[in-house]
Amino acid sequence: MKKSLSQRLAILSDAAKYDASCASSGSGRRDSAKSGGIGSTTGNGICHAYTPDGRCVSLLKILLTNFCVYDCAYCINRSSSNVERARFTPEEVVWLTLEFYRRNCIEGLFLSSGIIRSSDHTMEQLVQVARDLRLKHGFRGYIHLKTIPDASPRLLEEAGRYADRLSINVEMPTVAGLEQYAPQKKASGIRQAMGEMRLKIDAGKDRSHTGRRAERFSPGGQSTQMIVGADAASDQDILASSANLYGSYGLRRVYYSAFSPIPDASALLPAKSPPLQREHRLYQADWLFRFYGFAFGELTAGRADGMLDLELDPKLAWALDNRALFPVDLNRASKEMLLRVPGLGVKAVAAILRARRHQAVRLEDLARLNVSIRKVRPFVQTPGWSPARLTDRHDLRSLFSPAPQQMSLL
Amino acid sequence: MTRYVLMVEDSAAFEPWREMARAALQCAIPPEAIDWRIRGGETDLFGQLADTDDGMEALTAAPFAKTVTLRASCIALLRDMLCHSDPGRFALAYRIAWRVQGNPHLLDVATDADIAKARIMVRQNRQDCHKMMAFVRFREQPVQSDEGEGRRRFLAWFEPQHHILERIAPFFSKRFTDMDWMILTPRGSICWNGKDLAYSAEACEQPELDDGFGDLWNTYYASTFNPARVRTKAMRREMPGRYWKDLPETRLIPQLVSGAEARVRAMAEQELQPAPAFHERLRSREERPVEFLPDLPESLDGLAARIRTCTSCPLHCSATQAVVGEGLANARIMVVGEQPGDQEDLAGRPFVGPAGQLLHEALGEAGVDRSALYLTNAVKHFRFRLQGRRRIHQNPHAEHVTACRPWLEQEIALIRPKLIVSLGATALRALDGPGMAMSDVRGTSWTVGTGENAVRRLALAHPSWLLRLGEGAQGEGERQRFVEGLARLRNFPDQSGL
Repeated sequence: MKKSLSQRLAILSDAAKYDASCASSGSGRRDSAKSGGIGSTTGNGICHAYTPDGRCVSLLKILLTNFCVYDCAYCINRSSSNVERARFTPEEVVWLTLEFYRRNCIEGLFLSSGIIRSSDHTMEQLVQVARDLRLKHGFRGYIHLKTIPDASPRLLEEAGRYADRLSINVEMPTVAGLEQYAPQKKASGIRQAMGEMRLKIDAGKDRSHTGRRAERFSPGGQSTQMIVGADAASDQDILASSANLYGSYGLRRVYYSAFSPIPDASALLPAKSPPLQREHRLYQADWLFRFYGFAFGELTAGRADGMLDLELDPKLAWALDNRALFPVDLNRASKEMLLRVPGLGVKAVAAILRARRHQAVRLEDLARLNVSIRKVRPFVQTPGWSPARLTDRHDLRSLFSPAPQQMSLL
Repeated sequence: MTRYVLMVEDSAAFEPWREMARAALQCAIPPEAIDWRIRGGETDLFGQLADTDDGMEALTAAPFAKTVTLRASCIALLRDMLCHSDPGRFALAYRIAWRVQGNPHLLDVATDADIAKARIMVRQNRQDCHKMMAFVRFREQPVQSDEGEGRRRFLAWFEPQHHILERIAPFFSKRFTDMDWMILTPRGSICWNGKDLAYSAEACEQPELDDGFGDLWNTYYASTFNPARVRTKAMRREMPGRYWKDLPETRLIPQLVSGAEARVRAMAEQELQPAPAFHERLRSREERPVEFLPDLPESLDGLAARIRTCTSCPLHCSATQAVVGEGLANARIMVVGEQPGDQEDLAGRPFVGPAGQLLHEALGEAGVDRSALYLTNAVKHFRFRLQGRRRIHQNPHAEHVTACRPWLEQEIALIRPKLIVSLGATALRALDGPGMAMSDVRGTSWTVGTGENAVRRLALAHPSWLLRLGEGAQGEGERQRFVEGLARLRNFPDQSGL
């Protein structure tokens, strides 16, 4: 018996939820005031709901189908899984997107698919949804499409024309990990596809000498995702892989997804999932790389096992390992150094830089900038405050570590 | 000191406040002397409704002291902050306007108590706007048959914290252009009919809303939740409880959270099941015989396929792909560069980056037909160092050249060129081994081998070196030398010594 639309929605959104990305940002502003039709993007993205797993719901994240010819051990949709299968027609996806959008439940669509028949056949279906939304229905909301490696350049070009962001998952931080868990996927094929997309995205940003824009290609760039904790890769391996991805392919985001237990899991997978805190620390390190001028290598340099500290955030851990650089004079230090002070964020640093041109910044002033005085105190120096020996105290770490907790008896 | 009582409406209206504040500033009335009151809001100490417009009359009667100006950035901050619902906002705004007169940089000092407070208000207003954009939920309303023009009608209810309706209205009209809609709130309403955006300050009653579409949304919400990672604190931080009553999907939260543990346990305890039948069919189709690769490939395509899988040095780990040679398969002239650069690595083709463009330009100037050449590199993978988000080219080491030499030798063996042009020191080393200095041989040619196997060699600079020299006198000179060197290819083989 054919499953109802609601049943299929349940199956195909459950199948898509292990993709962490739900961003609707990075594509600039546009709206339908002049063009007619429906939809707009704000540039920053909007999250329309949050589920109890703490993740936001910004896009309608679904698969076109969860039938897949690949057998990737970590994936709920691998061919050897007994998960229930279903498929949408492109028209159904278009209808669902528009109806949810009209009710202001979503910012747009994140469409992916299991590989059916061939790469080109699958990609063609994804592109058809995006094309219909844009051309038939005048939809100007956000569209994120998954790219299928080895799909023909013509389809990739068309996908880039309609989508705000394209992505292709590297899945595993190391080539060996990918070979082990995803025998049908090739790391080289994924990299080549990313390289091709980067060239097209860069070309899409160019203007000719007359100021004419090149043809639109995925203005929100590309992103990718790595699964954390399924293979033996350390945080250092993962971050080195990220550094290469950001540098080589100009990615907007690398998502880290702590490998999560799935129904009917493969025997190849470890029995226990990694702590969510590990994923959190990786994201913090990623942030430090993207906005704070840290190199990934610095963050793991002080760690013997190549793993980030689970107890302390990576910036604080780095500062404790590099105490010779502290305390920092808030009124004299460079922007680069202020960004390295634990407890000071990008906005606080900008505010300090502006304020100190006109008057001295004192420790107590930081409270007005939403900065935790307790955290910055050992690392900064201001008129009226010097940490003296606090910076060098051997038990400084214990002032920040979370209090020990009694283990559960059961 | 005379005290002035100024009455303002409890709304976002910036202009009335601006008129009063301008009058007060012009008369040099200090902030302490003004009592800003919200009309109909508060009563005075004796329970009576506060004074009438006496304050404004008194102000106009006060002696004129000076003209005042406010910078646009200050006006913008005050306009943003006056949408807030804090009753103290008018006094704070006036205090800032007053202080800015004596200290024009005040706005930059985010550590100042007044500025910090104003910025918090601005931030809260923005958050309120953002949450309204996120959590307004439209429900469809039946269209009256007499209208019949085909536009669909939607209605929504929302409770904003601050006076943001007018500010947020354009967002909705520019997004939901092709439908009629109305958003009702306790602070007024906004309404769109496809042409006009109407705003009313009149408080609304919460309507009954349901268009039967909520079930589908609830289905999506429940299935996109991952029970293995319950983090309700993160959820509540972003979606505070006060919004829940108008978001129907939040009614599912208690059952999703309470059932999560059991679902995860069930996953862990699930026994391994045999794979479905189609999996076996797929896998059996996959087990093709291993492709036979001969020791020495007989065609360039075969060689390219082997080079692409090369792992004999560590460069393959970070590069995108091996970049193989390109050009005429039986070319008489072969040009060997150093290694692929950033663009070549991404595109998978040699000489497409800036240095390659220079080479192509120079070939054009020298009158050499590019299509008659075979272009390749001494090292097939890109070697680089990461600096932030950029890849900085690094010269390959001797070990990389050595590891890659078999590929170069096989390319030469298949193409059998009569002349090999090396560009730069790496290609020189790859072709002739160590021991030759670039400075000694640049621009010269010689013969390698004898009889049938005799090959002419020509050593030139690498175009990327010319790029680094820039456009000065030296750069121009060297570029000219490079073009002259390439011009010798035009008539190869001739009697000019090549």
